[in-house]
Amino acid sequence: MSTATAAQALLTLAANGPADKIPAPHIEYAQLAPTLIVVGAAVLGVLVEAFVPRRSRYYVQVFLAVAALASAFAAVVGLAAGGYGSTKAHIAAMGAIAVDGPALFLQGTILLASIVAVFTFAERRLDPKAHGNRVDSFAAQAASVPGSDSEKAAVKAGFTTTEVFPLALFAIAGMLIFPAANDLLTLFIALEVFSLPLYLLCAVARRQRLMSQEAAVKYFLLGAFSSAFLLFGIALIYGYAGSVSYAVIADVVDGTVAKLDPALASTMGNDALLLIGGALILMGLLFKVGAVPFHMWTPDVYQGAPTPVTGFMAAATKVAAFGALLRLLYVVLPGLRWDWRPVMWGVAIVTMLAGAVIAVTQTDVKRLLAYSSIAHAGFILAGVIATSAQGVQSVLFYLLAYSFVTIGAFAVVTLVRDAGGEATHLSKWAGLGRRSPLTAAVFAVFLLAFAGIPLTSGFAGKFAVFKAAADGGAGVLVVVGVLSSAIAAFFYIRVIVLMFFSEPKADGPTVAVPSPLTMTTIAVGVAVTLVLGLAPQYFLDLAGQASTFVR
Amino acid sequence: MENLIALLIAAPLLGAVVLLCGGRRLDKAGHWLGTLFAAVSFGIGVALFIDMLGRSADDRTMFQRLYTWIPVEGFQADMAFQLDQLSLTFVLLISGVGTLIHIYSIGYMEHDERRRRFFGYLNLFVAAMLLLVLADNYLLLYFGWEGVGLASYLLIGFWQHKPSAATAAKKAFLVNRVGDIGLSIAIMLMFTTFGTFAFGPVFGAVGQASEGKLTAIGLMLLLAACGKSAQVPLQSWLGDAMEGPTPVSALIHAATMVTAGVYLIVRSAAIFNGAPDAQLVVTVVGAVTLLFGAIVGCAKDDIKKALAGSTMSQIGYMILAAGLGPIGYVFAIMHLVTHGFFKAGLFLGAGSVMHGMNDEVDMRRYGGLRTYMPITFVTFGLGYLAIIGFPGLSGFFSKDKIIEAAFAKGGTEGWILGGVALLGAAITAFYMTRVMLLTFFGEKRWQPDAEGHAPHPHESPKSMTFPMIVLAFGSVFAGGFFSIGDRFVDWLEPVTGEAHGNPPISALTVTLSTMVVLVIGVAIAWGMYGRKPVPVVAPRGSLLTRAARRDLYQDDFNHVVLVRGGEHLTRSLVYVDHSLVDGVVNGTAASVGGLSGRLRKLQNGYARSYAVSMFGGTAILIAATLLMRAV
Repeated sequence: MSTATAAQALLTLAANGPADKIPAPHIEYAQLAPTLIVVGAAVLGVLVEAFVPRRSRYYVQVFLAVAALASAFAAVVGLAAGGYGSTKAHIAAMGAIAVDGPALFLQGTILLASIVAVFTFAERRLDPKAHGNRVDSFAAQAASVPGSDSEKAAVKAGFTTTEVFPLALFAIAGMLIFPAANDLLTLFIALEVFSLPLYLLCAVARRQRLMSQEAAVKYFLLGAFSSAFLLFGIALIYGYAGSVSYAVIADVVDGTVAKLDPALASTMGNDALLLIGGALILMGLLFKVGAVPFHMWTPDVYQGAPTPVTGFMAAATKVAAFGALLRLLYVVLPGLRWDWRPVMWGVAIVTMLAGAVIAVTQTDVKRLLAYSSIAHAGFILAGVIATSAQGVQSVLFYLLAYSFVTIGAFAVVTLVRDAGGEATHLSKWAGLGRRSPLTAAVFAVFLLAFAGIPLTSGFAGKFAVFKAAADGGAGVLVVVGVLSSAIAAFFYIRVIVLMFFSEPKADGPTVAVPSPLTMTTIAVGVAVTLVLGLAPQYFLDLAGQASTFVR
Repeated sequence: MENLIALLIAAPLLGAVVLLCGGRRLDKAGHWLGTLFAAVSFGIGVALFIDMLGRSADDRTMFQRLYTWIPVEGFQADMAFQLDQLSLTFVLLISGVGTLIHIYSIGYMEHDERRRRFFGYLNLFVAAMLLLVLADNYLLLYFGWEGVGLASYLLIGFWQHKPSAATAAKKAFLVNRVGDIGLSIAIMLMFTTFGTFAFGPVFGAVGQASEGKLTAIGLMLLLAACGKSAQVPLQSWLGDAMEGPTPVSALIHAATMVTAGVYLIVRSAAIFNGAPDAQLVVTVVGAVTLLFGAIVGCAKDDIKKALAGSTMSQIGYMILAAGLGPIGYVFAIMHLVTHGFFKAGLFLGAGSVMHGMNDEVDMRRYGGLRTYMPITFVTFGLGYLAIIGFPGLSGFFSKDKIIEAAFAKGGTEGWILGGVALLGAAITAFYMTRVMLLTFFGEKRWQPDAEGHAPHPHESPKSMTFPMIVLAFGSVFAGGFFSIGDRFVDWLEPVTGEAHGNPPISALTVTLSTMVVLVIGVAIAWGMYGRKPVPVVAPRGSLLTRAARRDLYQDDFNHVVLVRGGEHLTRSLVYVDHSLVDGVVNGTAASVGGLSGRLRKLQNGYARSYAVSMFGGTAILIAATLLMRAV
């Protein structure tokens, strides 16, 4: 894993004359174990695709993915128990990766969320068998043109896109690095590592393939667009600080270190570069968290992507992106607090309001959840803006709570089906509570958690971020947040009313009986929602212990 | 020994849980289990009683603290019990009479297929009532208070298939809510005044509170007592509560729960002693109810409703006595205990009569039953003699003392209260004689029931007559046992305090006048119902009779003032809600919806417009950042 500092050292060496030897970079493999395990499993997964017979690939891939994620999680727990989250927190891999409390907490959250998300990837009982083969949510052969003969042949042959598992693992690996990245290049690489597989995953829905492909193309185009901004921002910041390392940039921003590099003498210390570059990098991250006005991909992609992917993406991407955002704002740019805070205020307010308001008129449950995720991004931003340890704690807790609710909710969406696959139009959900009380009740629990009703994790999370924001002097933000929560409560409750108090339609959807995999996902979602709602203190404390960034 | 206190409550509570959750397999044994759990509680009560007798008078209060119930800083409520002479008296009454009525119910509810559930509810009641009297703080007392309210609701509406029973249960529940508000406000006032609601600290700090505060707390406690004890103005539910099975009427609506108000006032003696105005209101409420109940009892043809009126009136006596302060507390409780015996006995007798008469309740369709139901006749008769205050029986001692104490209040008040109490005694003698004559004497006026079965009156089974006999013993001897040598006064005096007033007339005069009015009451009843044949269909009657038959228009009053008034209020509130509140809310919702619809159009599906939005957003972001620096 080459880093900017290493590269820079090489350049310096080259300038000074022929080098005797190139020093090998020093990598702390054990401390990077979580990421390495997942990357290794992803590479293995590619080999599995190549060498394992088609018949058993599914089982091998599922086992490999779950085992890798579980052992990576065990590694995270081991590192945290070993004190790397607190006393031994430091920068590893030659300054590229931070191993500290927030990183470990977020990596743990991503891994747990990914495990349950992979369960929904592996679900094969929901659709009726096609030609005697069990099918999952993914296209039989992603490369064949929708509706073509080759697609029909692939379906008949019982092909499945088991590549989704290694793809997901690559994405997860990127997400694990993203919040831990400690220099801008690593940040960018991690961003691309998790984004590219996600674009692909979005494109491989079994049903409504055109919509799925459209979503993937949109996501890819806009994602590339935002990456360009981010990259440009990195360049500007490098011009300003003469380094891409977070620590060095922070020092230059603070003014503790001046003039590093004579080659950059004309640009270094130019605040315009810093401000514009910082804004561009922020923009790249805000795009990933789905903040207004960089949110417009969210509804289309959430709707078009295969629902398990949507759930995974909505949860894990958000965790990773907020992690990176936190580190950027708290480690790199704390000296610029008075510049970025007002701007972020504006973004948070617009995001909360727009997400809540536009969701009111949505008629598709996946789009509804997409707008809900935008509003939630706004709530989390309120916690980010607190610029205090309490703010970090509240954001970490919120992300943990939110990711399980989201994956659970999308898992329930996969269950409600009619002849055309998932019945996502809200009118079809009318009276669901009469026909399938348990499913409707579970979904109601998730909706109440989204709405932030007490005794659910949503309440504890929202309370924590609003409290942190208020203590951080952002009272106005809290007022707007509560108002948007009120608006948001309307459409969540409306779905509950629709499910329980409307007459069921005669040709309404049925609720498929899932395999234990999806059931586990949903059960874990409900359990986490209730536990974090009823006894949040332990997890708040945990997040509190993990709220110090290493510099 | 103090560790046994929790067991007193735990036994019937366990019974309730087992019976209510046990399911159908307990149907066969449920009633025995329920009775057993009540009896265990009584046994523990007796053991504690014997233990307490062995101690000196100032060392009799015991405490048991289980755990902190509500651990909030500055707001501590403990799950803790206090057992002193007053609570132990109640414990023995509740578990003793409770056990007897459990036994009675075995026979009475024999043909009811939901008998197990009935016993579960009875156990629940006993547990809640014991919690009420054993609590060492007002919040825990409130818990028990609501618990008995729940049990009462469930048992009044036990035959829920009858709309009248369901309605009566609801009525009792609603009226009790009004009283409960009083109790909760009283607790809040205590908390703001004293910073606590545990008995000891509150009573210890009474001296530091202003009289106004104490009066307010006292009046709120009185409101609570009025609801639970069916005192004017919250009396209307008790008559309808007779829709419940008769054992319930005997246990809850005669002997125990309805006396909780008296307990509350006597327990809060320290507060009332510091608030003479509140005490005066208490005596007025007691005096008014005493007449109210007695008058209603005179006109009712339904045997249980006549007895219900009598209960109301007798509790009026107790409330009156409790309002008199230290000169009356002991006698309020003494009358409460003796009343527990004879009124429970009377109700069980009434149940026995109904049992033999195809569940007929109209006394005009009874008559001449004394030879058919000898045991019922004798036990009921003894209860009758006790309640009218026949010399030597229980009621004689306890009621006489209250009348005496009322006179001893002194001044004009004393004369008025004493006079009312005497008048009440006369009316009691009248209506009870009327019940007695209509039921057991005169001609047989039996009518076939709705299905045309002629009644075949018969004596009830042993399980029913046994409790009646035991209670008859209590009705006869309890009063004398308590009074001779001032046993009861000595027993309770450490808790309630005791004082002698200055009666303007001698005790002997009071007793003699009581005897005189007693004879007059009986004589009038004899003249009206003994000598003349009784018509099966009630005659039109005088204005007062008709009013009394309609419970002195209590329901009409409530309907006109509260229901109509409430309807008007809600209608105007609904109007305001529709026009003003909804206007604002719907307006907001409409504008949010409109905004949402418009913003939604921005999401047009073209990646190019999304990119423009991102580009514009970034431009604004950069501009804003630079602007912030510029400012």
